[in-house]
Amino acid sequence: MRRNAVPSFAALASVLVTTLVLGVFIPVVQATNGAANDIRSRVLVDVDLNPNATNAEVARVKSELKSAPHVKSVQFVSKQEGYEQERKLNPQAFALVGYNPLPDIFRLTPTNPGESGALRAELDQSSPPGVRLVTDPAIVDVQNRQAQTNTILSATRTIKLTMALLAGLLVLASVLLISNTIRLSLFSRRREVEVMKLVGATDWFIRWPFVLEGLFLGALGGAGAIGLLALAKIALVDPLANTFKLISQPNMIDFRLLVIILMASAIGVSAAGSGLSLRRFLRV
Amino acid sequence: MAATERDVREREAVRRRRAVPASRVRAGARQTQAPPQVRPRVQPGADTVVEFRGVSKLYGPGGIGLERATFAVNRQEMVFLVGATGSGKSTIMRLLIKELEPTEGTIRVAGRALGEIERKKVPYYRRNVGVVFQDFKLLPTRTVYDNIAYALQVTGAGRKQIRATLPDILRLTGLSTKLHNYPHQLSGGEQQRVAVARAFACHPPLLLADEPTGNLDPETSIGIMQLLYRINRAGTTVVIASHDNEMVDRMRRRVIELRRGRIVRDEASGSYGSSDESTGELGQRLHREST
Repeated sequence: MRRNAVPSFAALASVLVTTLVLGVFIPVVQATNGAANDIRSRVLVDVDLNPNATNAEVARVKSELKSAPHVKSVQFVSKQEGYEQERKLNPQAFALVGYNPLPDIFRLTPTNPGESGALRAELDQSSPPGVRLVTDPAIVDVQNRQAQTNTILSATRTIKLTMALLAGLLVLASVLLISNTIRLSLFSRRREVEVMKLVGATDWFIRWPFVLEGLFLGALGGAGAIGLLALAKIALVDPLANTFKLISQPNMIDFRLLVIILMASAIGVSAAGSGLSLRRFLRV
Repeated sequence: MAATERDVREREAVRRRRAVPASRVRAGARQTQAPPQVRPRVQPGADTVVEFRGVSKLYGPGGIGLERATFAVNRQEMVFLVGATGSGKSTIMRLLIKELEPTEGTIRVAGRALGEIERKKVPYYRRNVGVVFQDFKLLPTRTVYDNIAYALQVTGAGRKQIRATLPDILRLTGLSTKLHNYPHQLSGGEQQRVAVARAFACHPPLLLADEPTGNLDPETSIGIMQLLYRINRAGTTVVIASHDNEMVDRMRRRVIELRRGRIVRDEASGSYGSSDESTGELGQRLHREST
């Protein structure tokens, strides 16, 4: 490597920059996905009960709902609780009404936010027979806030798809950038490889030093990038974590895991890139 | 056996004949009609190191590298391939190191058909063929010692073995004082000596030199020819491609002349002079004849 300092430095720099970008992007993707999932978890289905439903009927409906498919959790919101909540949101309207028009409801969280429509159909008494799975006279109406749900689902889906696409593009760009730089570095040494072949060196005898060099450059570039990321984490992210919810996502990647992923990718891509890029120069 | 008798008869016939100097090649190259093909002078026998039988190499449509070349080179022979640029000299060299595959015909080296050697086994074959190039092809980032040692390293030789072998090669090639120099610190002649040393490091039975003096002045060229002659006298078969016809004439060895891919002449050394000349005598004569 000492003998080819400039091309090796270029390869090292490209590994460092790419790993750094990946290191920033992975938590950003995770935070965005976490936020999107958080929003999706707010997709709910409300089951309105008959205002005259007895306690026994409420208990029966609850057990029916718990055993129904596509239901993740069931929460009972009494008339009074509902009234309190809604009055806070819209006090003037409730002051005009003057009484509590709300029924007792069960607030259901679907297993998958996309299944809220199906869940509604299964419970709604007006659904055609065959679709309904829970038929109880105490259930008056089932609402899944169609418009709101659709907006949430399509917006979060778009965000997730965009992030996945960007992540894919970034990984592809990283691999191409690193392998291209390595190829350039090897191109400057093609004569050396040619001579090695002509004196009778086997492919692996020639390849090993290049693969080892790739490993070393990958490790060095990866370590540099991780050092910078750690610095940024300590100096910027950690102090801001209490202020910004996005940064302190509970399911955000653990820094140690991120370090392992970045190191493995930097070393793996560099070593494999060196070994594979050499192939075309070995055909002498 | 019959082949050997025929070989001896042919050698005698060639000895009686007045050989055409290699310097006539240039005049012949201007002719436009297809060059005549000559019958092979040496028939393959037990002593044959290199054998070409009806070998052709085409580089795409119309690009003839070599056309039905048939010749044989015996053990300890020193043979010159002469001809203008594009006549097929380098094609023969590249075919011999299996850098190229022939379009048709068979090439045998030490009795083994090169076509039968798998790609994986080519490096092992190349260790038995030393190659010297016009542009030296040294590793620019390695010292003289490392350049020569590399040829031994690829064969799996350890440091001890390399340390034991290299001094002899360095002495033979006159590089003992240049061990730690890098190629860019050497003259052209010295660089070519390193290339010869590297080619000879494994003591290959066959040494190929493609225009070894092409980049060198006449004085330095004599030194390189002396070196190749010394290696030949040590028992190695040497095949040299050259367009330096004057030098080839003065060497008084077997000459195979090529024109547009065809062998048009295959002359023995017999009519030129003795092969018992020592390296020193050869050097003196080359200097004398060059002035």
